[in-house]
Amino acid sequence: MKSPFLVVTAAAVWALASCASMPAPADLDREAVAAIKASFRDQGIAKVDRLNQDLGQQACSSPTAPPPEVAKRIEATALASVKWPAGGQYLGDWRQGEKLAQSGRGMTWTDASALPKDNGANCYNCHQIDKKEISFGTIGPSLWNYGRLRGVKDVTDPSAAAIVQYTWAKLWNSKAYAACSNMPRFGHMGLLDEQQLRDVLALLLDPKSPVNQ
Amino acid sequence: MKPFFILAALAAAVGCGPASAQKSAADGIAEYRKMLEDGNPAELFEAKGEALWKQKRGPKNASLEACDLGKGPGVVKGAFVELPRYFADTNRVQDLESRLVSCMATLQGFSADEIAKVPFGRGEQNNVTALATYVAAASRGQRFNLPQSHVQERHMYEIGKRVFYFRGGPYDFSCASCHGDDGKRIRLQDLPNLTKNPGDGVGFAAWPAYRVSNGQMWGMQLRLNDCYRQQRFPYPGFGSEATVAVSVFMGVNAKGAESIAPSIKR
Repeated sequence: MKSPFLVVTAAAVWALASCASMPAPADLDREAVAAIKASFRDQGIAKVDRLNQDLGQQACSSPTAPPPEVAKRIEATALASVKWPAGGQYLGDWRQGEKLAQSGRGMTWTDASALPKDNGANCYNCHQIDKKEISFGTIGPSLWNYGRLRGVKDVTDPSAAAIVQYTWAKLWNSKAYAACSNMPRFGHMGLLDEQQLRDVLALLLDPKSPVNQ
Repeated sequence: MKPFFILAALAAAVGCGPASAQKSAADGIAEYRKMLEDGNPAELFEAKGEALWKQKRGPKNASLEACDLGKGPGVVKGAFVELPRYFADTNRVQDLESRLVSCMATLQGFSADEIAKVPFGRGEQNNVTALATYVAAASRGQRFNLPQSHVQERHMYEIGKRVFYFRGGPYDFSCASCHGDDGKRIRLQDLPNLTKNPGDGVGFAAWPAYRVSNGQMWGMQLRLNDCYRQQRFPYPGFGSEATVAVSVFMGVNAKGAESIAPSIKR
């Protein structure tokens, strides 16, 4: 039988060897960020400052969700960032909204401009919206009948205010309601302007929109 | 094969009925791949790569036949399904394409830095792609089994995992935004879950691939480059640490997956 001393020594040696060979998780986190910073360069409108993470991006860069208090802080900050539409005008033109929803363009290094007018809203890449469009992605939930299912008969009616404001905030900064949402922050990151967001909101909530038939 | 013919074949195979499109897009593409089995244009790149491997080229007027891809100098068969791996001579973990460039530098006298700066689809980068296609084809039907015995290989896996989950850019995307779950799609395009073995001939086990939509042969470096473009990230350097690390992550996760590379894609 091995003496306890020998077993302990062997364990200590093994532990030391492991430490020497693989850095601690926090060190690996730092090394990975350094590796990323060293691996990318500016190209066109896509500059390396896009790799500077804010709190939410950093906290959601892991297969494990952030602790609840961190998630709450991200959500509260996101909600506070929402810019509400001028004059309380939420509703745009659903036809323009459909065009934006279809377009996946914008913000890549092959795009000439980062201006909202040159960007699409990318909706169908991840969501079912109008059922007539059969080429839709499944990363996000189906938005078919989005307004109808929520009982919106008139977007300007006070009874619809809660869902209208929720939808605006979700489009402006998706992290307001889910810290690690996969959805881009269309208003907050300057991807779409106020009128474009009104148009996308109309696609989802206007009772006349094909989405709500 | 003429691009027009290929597109016509794609349209015919995928089918045009809206009702059938959702269900049969993947089936249609599989059927289309089968139709082209005897004529995958990747074979042209494979043949070009084999000729380049044997041809005396570069300032040193030497072939690549002494290149060590991990299984000993000159051994091509079986090398692809064990890459990226650690190489003692460069003291780095290298993927197929960056390893080929190392060999072009040491054996043939090319400048590795110069080749890394050449845009995809031009000059020596076209030759690297053809060589990668040839090397991958020599392991067709074999199963991925990346070595993880060297500490640098395990280290790169850990870095690669973090690169995979790193969120940034104007869309807040990471690789995991699209490739972290089963059964997801962008539009009608199926997305492999790259956090595990996604199945035979899928994801890491499918590239290099000939892309019918643009008539180009793409190696893994260009595949990753275009992923990062669509992720709205800045431009990843050819053979950069992040791209090799994320390849280690995908390759190790794909353990046991059968390689069908070079494959054919829409």
